[in-house]
Amino acid sequence: MSDTVSVKPASNRASPFLDLHILGPILALIVLVVIGALMNPNFLSYANITNVLARSAFIGIIAVGMTFVITAGGLDLSVGSMAAFIAGLMILVMNALLPAMGSGVGVILVGMLTALVAGLLAGGLNGFLITHMRIEAFIVTLGSMGIYRSLVTWLADGGTLSLDFGLREIYGPVYYGGLFGISWPIIIFALVAIIGEVVMRHTAFGRHCAAIGSNEKVARYSAVHVGRVRMATYVLLGILVGVATIMYVPRLGSASSATGVLWELEAIAAVIIGGTVLKGGFGRVWGTVIGVLILSLIGNILNLTDMVSPYLNGAIQGVIIVLAVVLQRDKKAEG
Amino acid sequence: MELKTLTGALGVAVAMAATPTFAQDTTVIGVSIPAATHGWAGGMNFHAQEAVDRLEETYPELDFVLATASDPAKQVNDIEDMVAARGIDALVVLPFESEPLTGPVKNVADNGAWVTVVDRGLSEEGIEDLYVAGDNPGFGRVSGEYFADKMPDGGKIVVLRGIPTTIDNERVEGFQSAIDGSGIEVLGMEHGNWNRDDSFTVMQDFLSKYPEIDAVWASDDDMAVGALAAIEQAGREDVQFVLGGAGMKEMIKRVMDGDEMIPADVTYPPSMIATAIELTALNFVSNAPVSGEFVIGSVLITPENAENFYYPDSPF
Repeated sequence: MSDTVSVKPASNRASPFLDLHILGPILALIVLVVIGALMNPNFLSYANITNVLARSAFIGIIAVGMTFVITAGGLDLSVGSMAAFIAGLMILVMNALLPAMGSGVGVILVGMLTALVAGLLAGGLNGFLITHMRIEAFIVTLGSMGIYRSLVTWLADGGTLSLDFGLREIYGPVYYGGLFGISWPIIIFALVAIIGEVVMRHTAFGRHCAAIGSNEKVARYSAVHVGRVRMATYVLLGILVGVATIMYVPRLGSASSATGVLWELEAIAAVIIGGTVLKGGFGRVWGTVIGVLILSLIGNILNLTDMVSPYLNGAIQGVIIVLAVVLQRDKKAEG
Repeated sequence: MELKTLTGALGVAVAMAATPTFAQDTTVIGVSIPAATHGWAGGMNFHAQEAVDRLEETYPELDFVLATASDPAKQVNDIEDMVAARGIDALVVLPFESEPLTGPVKNVADNGAWVTVVDRGLSEEGIEDLYVAGDNPGFGRVSGEYFADKMPDGGKIVVLRGIPTTIDNERVEGFQSAIDGSGIEVLGMEHGNWNRDDSFTVMQDFLSKYPEIDAVWASDDDMAVGALAAIEQAGREDVQFVLGGAGMKEMIKRVMDGDEMIPADVTYPPSMIATAIELTALNFVSNAPVSGEFVIGSVLITPENAENFYYPDSPF
């Protein structure tokens, strides 16, 4: 954490006109949508838009939680493995309860509860080690990343954990169904994002996150419960990983050690593209949502056209991530 | 174990007294394979463990050391440890990557141990005594022939490729030369990375991009699962079937049950590691010559023969 006292009030950033730092991600998103629409007439079709938004929901829900963790000066590398582990655990629990409870909504509710509790505990464990044992967040979560990845491989015996077929039929609508033609993952993602934005901007918790990330010492002198707030950010992220998993499992009804690989990096990248400062101190939830959409639109557009070799998919995403951070650094140098 | 070794050693001592040329004690065979990080590797781990257990039971004079590695560097460490601490007489290795493993395996061979290389070749020729592998060009060819056979009037298909590697290239080349001149048009090819989630995404985008698709070569069973989910979600009736590959038990089951969307499968058996271990053991317990190359053909699985390829206990 830098020692310079540079707590920037959020209001300073909220209202300038033509600030590239704010407009940048939005412009990038608009440019991508225009490119996509020009390249393929089906790009703006209802089915394609729904697909892209629904598949963005997992990373998106996690990235909203990640915005809080990063704003408070933390980091979590374990979310991808954690999602895979929770997905595996949910499937095991639901399959195990099936004979006793019968195939029905009850089993699925227990499965969902399992995901939320497991997410809460996993996030709490990360937070405890970071705030109470005072171990670097990078190290703690690097460790838990390896632990959860091994655990899911072990649970699956190296293969794939599959949800019972009958249950999959009942659970499927949670991913594939929806309200008024909008699928559930999109609705949940939107709700999480709106609540996240409100909490970040209009609550003491959001301001405390920014204060801690900006300057921990000053925050402490200002009577902010640094440990408690930081702990809360990890628990919140853990619960959101659980929510994302609840949406993920009904899609293919399976979990394996290949589930959720590199989700942590995609989530972090989305947060940074959206304008949240990697070192902490300033976070923007709506920016994160745009970051997630940018990342998944790049993949979608590359699949819909034959212009760029799919080998270069990662390179294009990489360029956009770096560009986003370059913009951010310019702004920091000015102010 | 102790008693067995003791009686074995006694027997050997007696035998040595009689025939001095018979100087062998226990033979230690090291097996080094990648960890179970995806379905196929999980199946391979299962078959390796099963073969080791069975052979140790059958031949008391054989001792096995099984190590699984999650990356090439760890695999090199495993092999070094086997040589230093266990004094292995033979090594069965499925290299994580060819380049980094070539040197360490060559050292083992130079020390006089028997070396069996499985599936992925080393980057220098002549190191191994025995090479056991699946047939990647054949995997593509058998798949392509199936398409040509099933669609005599041609048709429009999309292809999901694996992780960009030489294995994937060999398969796709084999496939393309097999459908050459059949009137089958490949609309698009994208990498699904042998992964369910990725192929679900790619298939969704294929379905948006092409209004009419007759069939899908998913080229792997994990990818077939993802592709099937995407087709089902889109409610598309035009896709007639999906051909996967590798022989995942759920897919074999669907072939057995006569599922129209999964009419067949093509093998690339994870149990090839068991073949390699058995052949290596044979070298030490029999007089049968086993050195050379052993390529396991890719076979078309149809409802008629599916039962022979169904291992309900395997994790894959």
